Amino acid sequence: MAVCVAVIAKENYPLYIRSIPTENELKFHYMVHTSLDVVDEKISAMGKALVDQRELYLGLLYPTEDYKVYGYVTNSKVKFVMVVDSSNTALRDNEIRSMFRKLHNSYTDVMCNPFYNPGDRIQSRAFDSMVTSMMIQVC
Amino acid sequence: MADEALFLLLHNEMVSGVYKSAEQGEVVSAAKALEENGRCITKLENMGFRVGQGLIERFTKDTARFKDELDIMKFICKDFWTTVFKKQIDNLRTNHQGIYVLQDNKFRLLTQMSAGKQYLEHASKYLAFTCGLIRGGLSNLGIKSIVTAEVSSMPALQILTQGSIPRPQDHNLN
Repeated sequence: MAVCVAVIAKENYPLYIRSIPTENELKFHYMVHTSLDVVDEKISAMGKALVDQRELYLGLLYPTEDYKVYGYVTNSKVKFVMVVDSSNTALRDNEIRSMFRKLHNSYTDVMCNPFYNPGDRIQSRAFDSMVTSMMIQVC
Repeated sequence: MADEALFLLLHNEMVSGVYKSAEQGEVVSAAKALEENGRCITKLENMGFRVGQGLIERFTKDTARFKDELDIMKFICKDFWTTVFKKQIDNLRTNHQGIYVLQDNKFRLLTQMSAGKQYLEHASKYLAFTCGLIRGGLSNLGIKSIVTAEVSSMPALQILTQGSIPRPQDHNLN
C-alpha cells in the first residue's frame, strides 16, 4: 500500500528509509527530503491552525501527480514520512493513521532495545518486517 | 503492592553493584576514592540517561504534542513522575528563563533510608540514576539540560534543571 517509508531523526537525517520498487530509490529520497520542509512548516504554524497543534498526525503533506506524501511527528521530534501511490484511491485517512500508529509502536520498541543507540540507523529486523507488511501489496 | 518495591530494590542493588565493581581489589587512597566515586556516579547517571530516553518515547506515544518547555516540565512532574514513582512532584518553580526547580517531599528511593540527617552523605549515589532519567527524558524531547539534585534532609529532594532549547536549524544550510 505504501510505496516508500522513511523515519527521520530530529536533526533531520534519515534513520531508516525504504522504498518499493527499488530501482528508482533516488526519486523517493528526494521526495522525502523536500517533504521535511513541509513538515517543519506544519509544526511551526503558530496560531494559523493549519493542523491541530496537539495532534501527532500531520495528514497529507503534498500531492504530486503520481504520489501522495503523508507525515507524522512524534513528541521526540522524530518524523515519519510515507509516500503512497495516487492511483490507490481506496486508501482512507483512517488507514493511513493506523499505519502511522504501527510505525510509532515499532519505533518505540526499537528505542527500548538495549542494542540500539539513539541516533543510529535502524537495523532491527522486526522493524523491517513490520514495514514490509505495510508495503507488500504494491505491484 | 510488591511491584512498587521492585524498582526500589533493583535500584539499590544497581548502586551497590556499580560501587562494588569499582573497588575490585584496589588499594584505595583518599584521592583515588573520590575519583572512583565520581566515576561511579557518572556511570549511574548515564544509565539513567539511556533509560530516560526509552521511557519518554513510550510515555509520549499517545499524548498530544507539547506546546512549550513549561508544558514539557509539567508532563515530567505529573505523568512521568507518577508512572515511575507512583506520586507527583510536590512543587515546581521556575524563573521563566530555563531554570526549573522540582521539589519532592517524600522521594520514594530515599524514604527507606532515613527520616532526617542520617546517611545524608550517601544520598548522592542514589540520586544519580534519577538525574540521568530526567536528563534523558528531556534530551529526547529536544531540551539539552543539566540536572542536579540536592537533599537537605531526607527524604525531601530538590532537583534543579537548567535547560535550553536549541534554535531550529536553517534548512538552506544543509
